[in-house]
Amino acid sequence: MDTHPAAALSPIFGRLSLDSLPLHEPIVVATFIAVVIGGLVTVGAITKFRLWGYLWNEWFTTVDHKRIGIMYMILGLIMFVRGFADAVMMRLQQAMAFGGSEGYLNAHHYDQIFTAHGVIMIFFVAMPFITGLMNYIVPLQIGARDVSFPFLNNFSFWMTAAGAVLVMMSLFVGEFAQTGWLAYPPLSGIGYSPATGVDYYIWALQIAGVGTTLSGINLIATIVKLRAPGMKLMRMPVFTWTSLCANILIVASFPILTATLVLLSLDRYVGTNFFTNDFGGSAMMYVNLIWIWGHPEVYILILPLFGVFSEVTSTFSGKRLFGYSSMVYATVCIMVLSYLVWLHHFFTMGSGASVNSFFGITTMVISIPTGAKLFNWLFTMYRGRIRFELPMMWTVAFMLTFTIGGMTGVLLAVPPADFVLHNSLFLIAHFHNVIIGGVLFGLFAAINYWWPKAFGYKLDVFWGKVSFWCWQIGFWMAFTPLYILGLMGVTRRMRVFDDPSLQIWFVIAAIGAAIVAMGIAAMFIQFFVSFMKRKQLADTTGDPWGGRTLEWATSSPPPDYNFAFTPVIHDLDAWADMKKNGYERPLAGFRSIHMPSNTGTGIILAGLSTVCGFALIWYIWWLAGLSFVALLAVAIAHTFNYKRDFHIPVEDVITTENERTRLLSAGA
Amino acid sequence: MIPSAASLLRALRGARPLALLSALALLGGCNAVVLDPAGDIAQQQAWLIVASTVLMLVIIVPVMALTVLFAWRYRQSNKEARYEPEWDHSTQLELLIWAAPLLIIICLGALTWVSTHLLDPYRPIARVAEGKPIAAEVEPLEVEVVALDWKWLFIYPQYGVATVNELAAPVDRPINFRITSSSVMNSFYVPALAGMIYAMPGMETKLHAVINKAGNYEGFSANYSGAGFSGMRFRFHGLNDAQFAEWVAKAKAGNGPLDRNVYLKLEQPSENVPVARFAGIEEGLYNAIVNMCVEPGKMCMSEMMAIDAKGGLGKEGIRNVRQLTYDKHARRGAVLASEPVVVGAICAPPAPVRQAAAARPAADQAPLTGAGLPRPGASATADAKPSRPTNS
Amino acid sequence: MADISLNLNTADGRPLYHLAEEPHHPEGSSTMLGFWLYLMSDCLIFAILFATYGVLGANYAAGPSPKDLFDLKLIALNTAMLLFSSITYGFAMLEMQKGRTGTTQLWLAVTGLFGLAFLGIELYEFAHLIHEGATPQRSAFLSTFFTLVGTHGLHVTFGLIWLVTLMVQVSRRGLVPANKRRLMCLSLFWHFLDVIWIGVFTFVYLMGMLR
Repeated sequence: MDTHPAAALSPIFGRLSLDSLPLHEPIVVATFIAVVIGGLVTVGAITKFRLWGYLWNEWFTTVDHKRIGIMYMILGLIMFVRGFADAVMMRLQQAMAFGGSEGYLNAHHYDQIFTAHGVIMIFFVAMPFITGLMNYIVPLQIGARDVSFPFLNNFSFWMTAAGAVLVMMSLFVGEFAQTGWLAYPPLSGIGYSPATGVDYYIWALQIAGVGTTLSGINLIATIVKLRAPGMKLMRMPVFTWTSLCANILIVASFPILTATLVLLSLDRYVGTNFFTNDFGGSAMMYVNLIWIWGHPEVYILILPLFGVFSEVTSTFSGKRLFGYSSMVYATVCIMVLSYLVWLHHFFTMGSGASVNSFFGITTMVISIPTGAKLFNWLFTMYRGRIRFELPMMWTVAFMLTFTIGGMTGVLLAVPPADFVLHNSLFLIAHFHNVIIGGVLFGLFAAINYWWPKAFGYKLDVFWGKVSFWCWQIGFWMAFTPLYILGLMGVTRRMRVFDDPSLQIWFVIAAIGAAIVAMGIAAMFIQFFVSFMKRKQLADTTGDPWGGRTLEWATSSPPPDYNFAFTPVIHDLDAWADMKKNGYERPLAGFRSIHMPSNTGTGIILAGLSTVCGFALIWYIWWLAGLSFVALLAVAIAHTFNYKRDFHIPVEDVITTENERTRLLSAGA
Repeated sequence: MIPSAASLLRALRGARPLALLSALALLGGCNAVVLDPAGDIAQQQAWLIVASTVLMLVIIVPVMALTVLFAWRYRQSNKEARYEPEWDHSTQLELLIWAAPLLIIICLGALTWVSTHLLDPYRPIARVAEGKPIAAEVEPLEVEVVALDWKWLFIYPQYGVATVNELAAPVDRPINFRITSSSVMNSFYVPALAGMIYAMPGMETKLHAVINKAGNYEGFSANYSGAGFSGMRFRFHGLNDAQFAEWVAKAKAGNGPLDRNVYLKLEQPSENVPVARFAGIEEGLYNAIVNMCVEPGKMCMSEMMAIDAKGGLGKEGIRNVRQLTYDKHARRGAVLASEPVVVGAICAPPAPVRQAAAARPAADQAPLTGAGLPRPGASATADAKPSRPTNS
Repeated sequence: MADISLNLNTADGRPLYHLAEEPHHPEGSSTMLGFWLYLMSDCLIFAILFATYGVLGANYAAGPSPKDLFDLKLIALNTAMLLFSSITYGFAMLEMQKGRTGTTQLWLAVTGLFGLAFLGIELYEFAHLIHEGATPQRSAFLSTFFTLVGTHGLHVTFGLIWLVTLMVQVSRRGLVPANKRRLMCLSLFWHFLDVIWIGVFTFVYLMGMLR
C-alpha cells in the first residue's frame, strides 16, 4: 500500500525540491538559459537607463485604460511568441516521428507542449489581445474619460499577467499539465496526474479568470453607464456593441469555469468525488460543465473581432455600415445561441440520436446570424470606394478564410460526420481556420488600424504586406495538410506515427509553420521599422484613415483625459457626422478635468496571488496561508484609501490642447 | 417535414458518385480512408460529409466569389464603379441575407436529424450494404472492447477468446461492439469501419457496424489518454469466414486463459504492447470490468447504484469504503484527505453473473419515417449495467 | 451616460457637438450596477454548484443519504439566524438613511452576531458529520453537499470580514457617501446570501429529507 502523500512533504518547501527542476531536459535547460540571459539584459537595460521609476509610475500602477490596454497587448504578444514556439515544436516532432523514429520529444515533454499551446493561445494570447483592444478602444468610442472602475481595470490586468507568470514558471519549475487544454478527468485527477502539472493549470486559470471576470464586469458597466450624451444603444459603434456582448458572455460564462475548476481542485487536493471513477463521481459532468463555459468562450474571442471587421470595412469602403441593426441583432443572437450548443464538442459520448441532433441543429443555426454578418460586410463593400490599406487586406483575407472555417465547422456539427472527424486533424484544421482566420486576422487588422491612434504614427506598409502574405501562404500550407490528414483518419495529439505515407503532409505543414514564423518576424520588424520611421509616418490629425467613430475625433495618441470636452452624439457614425456638419474643435473654455489616480495595489495583490498560487501548487501550506492573509490585508487596507482621484489642472489641459492645435494647423 | 427530408436524402444520394469522385479527385492520390472506407456505416458517414459539403458550397461559393468581385470592382482606383456612401439599408437584401442561410440550414438540419438517427451507433444495423439486408440466420458478432492503459482488449464472448491490440471480424457480418474503459477516457475508432465512440470507465457505450471488404485496417484511440496514447494502436482484420475461423483457432492456441488475475496484470499501464491472444475467458469478466469490480472484494457499480436507488446504506455504510475504491493502479492521493478507513466488506462481492445474451431485436428494414424515430432495439431487455451516459 | 433629457441642440436649433460643462457623473455612479453584475456572476457559481448537487446528489456510494444525516431542527435554527441577520441588516440600512451613525453601527453589530451564530452552527454541523465519518470524501453526494453549503458559508465569512471592515470605516469617517455606498453593496451581498440559503435549505435539506 502506498504511503499517504502528505507524509513525503517537507514542512518548508512542500513537494518542491531540486528534483523539481527539469535539468534532464536539454531543450528546457537551453530555453531557461536563454530566458535568464534575456531577462538579465532587460533588467540591466532598465536599470542602466533608470527606467524603473518611469515604468512603475507611468505603467505598472496606471489606471489609464489606454495604457492598461497597451500592457494587455504586450502581454498577448509575449505569450504569443511562447505559444507559437510550442506550435513549431509540435510541427517538427510530427514531421520527424515516422518509421520507428521517436522524434526529438518524449511523451512527457510533448504532452506538456500541446497542452501548454492550447492553454496559452486561448487564455494568455487571445484573451489579453481582445481585452486589451476593448480596453483601449471602447471608452474612446463612447466618449468616456476612462472605464467605470479604473483600479479594478489595473487589478484585472495584473491578475491575467499573474496567471501567465504561473504558466511560464511551470516551464522551469516542475511541469505543466499533460492532459490537453481542457484537462478532462479522470486523467487530470490526482490518481492519473499526481504531479504539479494540472495544479499549475488550475491556479493559472483561476487567477487569470478573476481578472477576466472583473474586466468583463468593468466594461459592461462602462458601456452601460459612461456613454456620451446622445449615444443611444442603437447609436453605439458596432465594435462597442460586439464588446458589450462579449463581456456579457464573459460575466455569464467565466464563473462556470471558476466553479468547475474549483471542483476539480477539490478532487485533487481534498479527495472529494466530483469527477472521479469511484464513490459516485462523474467525469462526464466535468466535460459538460467545461464546455458550457468553453463554447461561449469561442464567441467571447470572435465577437469583438466581428466588430473590428465592421469598423474597418465601413471606414475603408468610405461608406456607412450596411445593415447596422441586423448586425446588432445578429450579434445578440449569436450571444444567446452560444449557450445552446456545448454538447457538439462530444457527440461521440453517446448521448443518443435526439440529443445529438438537437445540439447539431442549434450549432448550425448559429451560422445563420454569422452568415448574415458576412453578407453585411459584403454589402458594405458594395458601391464603396475600397482603399486596400493593411487593415482592409486583413479583413478581406478574413472573409475568405473564415468562410471555409465556418463551412467545416457546420460540417462537424452533423453528428454522424463528427463521428468520423471528431478529435481528428480535420477538427484541428477547422478551429485554427476560424481562430486564426477570425480572431488573429482580426487582431492584425485591429493593430494596423488603431496603431496610429495609440502611438501617433502609422505602421510601415511594406513590412506589413510581407507579414500579411507570409501569413496567408503559411496558414494555408500549414492547415490544408491537416484537413487532408483528418480525412485520412489521423487523430490529434499523436506523438509518433506508423504510416510513412502520412509524413509528406506533416512536412508540408511544418514548412507552412516556418512561413508563418516569417510572417510573425516580419510583424516585429514592421513594429521596429515603423518606430524608427515614426517622424515620417506620423499622424498629426488624429484621423489618419478618414475614420467614422469617436476615437478618431481626438488626437493620436489621445491625451490622458481622452476628450477635452465631452462629445455629444447625434448619429451612428458620430465622428463622420461631426465632420459632415462642419464641426469645429473648441479652442477655448477649457476646464480642469477630474481623473482617477494611480495605485500600486493591483500589482501587489496580483503578486501575492502568484505567490499563493505557487505555494498551493507545491503544497507549501504556510506560504499559501501567509500570502492569502496578506492578500486580504492589502485588499482591506486599500479600502481605507478614500482619496482616489485628482484634477488635471486647467493649465495642463490648455497646454495639451494648444499643442494639438499647433499640430493640426502644421499638418493642414 | 421528415418525409420531405427523407426524399431530399434520396435525391442527394443520386448525386453521390459524382460528388464522391470530385472529392476524391481533390485529394489526389492520398488514401483518404474517411471518404473511402470499407464498412457500410463509415461509407454512409462519408457520403454524408460529401452531401453536407455540397449543400454548403451552394452558399459558400457565391459568398467567396462576391467577396473577391466586390473587393475588385469597388477598389478605390476604379472610378467607374458607383459610389454611394450613404447607402446602408435595403429591406429586400436584408431579407435575402437572412433567408438564404436559413434555407440551407433547414435542409441541412433535416439531413442532420434523419442521418443522426439512422447512423446512431446504438442502433443495430439493418443492412450490410446498400440493397443487402441482413439475412435472418446471421448472428451478429459480439465484441467486448476494453480500453486499457495503453492498449486495447477485445473479448469475443461467442468464441471464448480475447485478444490484445488485434481485432478481426468476418466480412458482411454485423458486429455489435460493447465498449468500456478501465481507467480514463479513450475513443474507439476504426476509420475504415465506422465512426468513433468514447470508451469511458464505469460506463458502457455501444457501436454497431459491419465491414464489407476484406483487408487489414488501422484502429486506434482517438481521445488522448496519457503518456502511452500514441502507441494505443491495433490492426483490424476484415476476413472471410474461413480466415476468421482460422483466426479464432489461432487465438485459442494463444497465451492461455484470461481470468481476473490475468486481467489485473494486463490492465497495469504498459506502452506499445504487442498482440496477445487468450482463450478461455472467465465468466462475467467484461461485466465486472464495466462495473469496476474485477478486483476481489469490490462492490460492483451496478450493485452500488441499486443500493443508492433505494436510499443508500445509511450510517452503517459510512466506513465501508475500501471496496468502493475503483482507481486501481493509480491509487488516489489527494494531499489533504485522510486515508479511507478500511472495514471488512459487509456484503459478499457479487457472484459473477453472466449477462443473459439479449435477444437480438429484429433488424428494422422500414425506412425511417415520422417524428420520434424510435431506435430499433430501444425496448430490448433492460440492462442492469450503467450504460448510456446521461447528460442531464 | 446617455441622458436623453439633456438638451443636445444649441439655442438656435443646430446640433451641439460637445458639452461646455462636465456632465455630472457622481462618484461611484456605476458602482451599484457593477456590484449587481458581480452578484449575478457569483449567482452563476452557485447555479453550477446546485446543478452539480442535482446531478450527483443521489450518488450515496452505498453510504448515508440526507435522511440519515440531516438534523432539520438544527438547520431550521440556522436558517432563522440568517433570516434574522437579514432583517437586522435592513434595520441598519433604515437607520443609515436617517443618518444615525450610532444605531446603524448597533444593528450592524447585531447582524454580525447573527452571522457568527449561523457560521457556528454550520461548523458544528460539519464537525458532527465528519466525526460520524460522513466526510466530503465519502460519496459524490457528500462532496457536493459540503461544497455547496461550504461555499455559502465561505461567502458569509467574507461578508462578516467585510462587515467588520465597514464598521471600522463608519466609525472613523461616519456615514459619508462612500461609506453609504459600501453599506448598500454589503446589504445586497447579505440579502443575496440569504436568498441562496433559502435555495440551499429547500433544495438540499427539505427535499433531501423527502427523498
